[in-house]
Amino acid sequence: MNPIVIIGSGLAGFNTVKEFRKLDKETPVVVLTADDGRNYSKPMLSTGFTKEKTADELAMATPEQVAEQFNVTVRTGVHVAGIDTDKQRVLLPDDHLDYSSLVLALGADTWTPPLEGDAVGEVFSVNDLMDYGRFRQALEGKREVTILGGGLIGCEFANDLSNGGFQVSLVEPMGRCLPMLLPEPASAAVGRGLEDLGVRFHFGPLAKAVHHGKDNPDKLVTELSDGTHLESDVVLAAIGLRPRIGIAKDAGLKTNRGILTDQSLRTSADNVYALGDCAEVQGHVLPYVLPLMASARALAKTLAGEPTPVSYGVMPVTIKTPACPVVVCPVPEELEGDWETEEEGNTVKALFRDRDGNLRGYALTGDAVKEKMKLNKELPALMP
Amino acid sequence: MKKWECVVCGFIYDEEEGLPEEGIEPGTKWDDIPDDWVCPDCGVGKEDFEMVEI
Repeated sequence: MNPIVIIGSGLAGFNTVKEFRKLDKETPVVVLTADDGRNYSKPMLSTGFTKEKTADELAMATPEQVAEQFNVTVRTGVHVAGIDTDKQRVLLPDDHLDYSSLVLALGADTWTPPLEGDAVGEVFSVNDLMDYGRFRQALEGKREVTILGGGLIGCEFANDLSNGGFQVSLVEPMGRCLPMLLPEPASAAVGRGLEDLGVRFHFGPLAKAVHHGKDNPDKLVTELSDGTHLESDVVLAAIGLRPRIGIAKDAGLKTNRGILTDQSLRTSADNVYALGDCAEVQGHVLPYVLPLMASARALAKTLAGEPTPVSYGVMPVTIKTPACPVVVCPVPEELEGDWETEEEGNTVKALFRDRDGNLRGYALTGDAVKEKMKLNKELPALMP
Repeated sequence: MKKWECVVCGFIYDEEEGLPEEGIEPGTKWDDIPDDWVCPDCGVGKEDFEMVEI
């Protein structure tokens, strides 16, 4: 029998392996990864400086250890060339691999807007453990970091790098922290918390270019659309994530923002499934661990012969900014309603109610994060 | 009393504090938490927690 083939060794790929092996110890499984195949947790990449952890210390297991522990084959450094869904075959550069079922756990790419300048090639993004290792190395002996983007990753890194002793400047064109996730008073609280740590914000302008310093070529100068020049040792882009859909699209699978799946994580091709950051499950693109874990458990059952739809309950997102803790349960897109906000210092409790007065989302900062569980009980499940 | 950290997201379970909102009383030992309990922040199971030294 052909193996189950999983493409991707991030949390989605390896947790599918782990959950599947709880149910089926025998069926051959092959994991293909373009990375080095070490098992790590991506959320931990944004607290590494606070915890003083190198990339090696964040790696929980080598690919050999994963292979042994779960009785699977892990092939590292493999770039998949294509998928032939009719023949149920993954095309590799010099080879191919036939599958009984295929799991796409491809993750997401960081997205950086077009920048000019002679130092664009030195702008970092941290999207996996290998990136993190290179980023840490580049920061050795350095002091100043410019972060482009004040969303979840940008704010987490601003907090973490400040804790690690770096001077952080953060550029966010939308004018406040976490603009896509939080209502204004909550954004302001996070901004104050990070400012107290020493983060310098540049709200409003866009980054236009990154050059080498004129006097000191070791320095980088980030040029903003308002004419400001920010000098730093390292520039980190944390603008956004885009689901990786390329190989799925090329193989003729239906895609939109992500790879389209039904509630059982089935794509438009027979015996091909998708989960995690690359998937769009019944319209939901949720690049967070909570939905990913629910998906891995359901998919493991399906692969083990018991077709199982995934349920998404309430899906709160915890943002690791200890300078001002944040928990947010995002409001469904295009839902009409109003925020009710209570505020005291950096403690903000913002509740979003729809036109019928039902709670549909919240944003909590500071001490208000303690109310998360109570509020979760009032919220409807995202995808029952 | 010990603390346990989720290796996936960093959530800390503190035995001293428990998780009263989830019905886990303060002082509840890690071993006494049900095996099907999952991390409130990221949804991984008990096996993905490690004891942390304080």
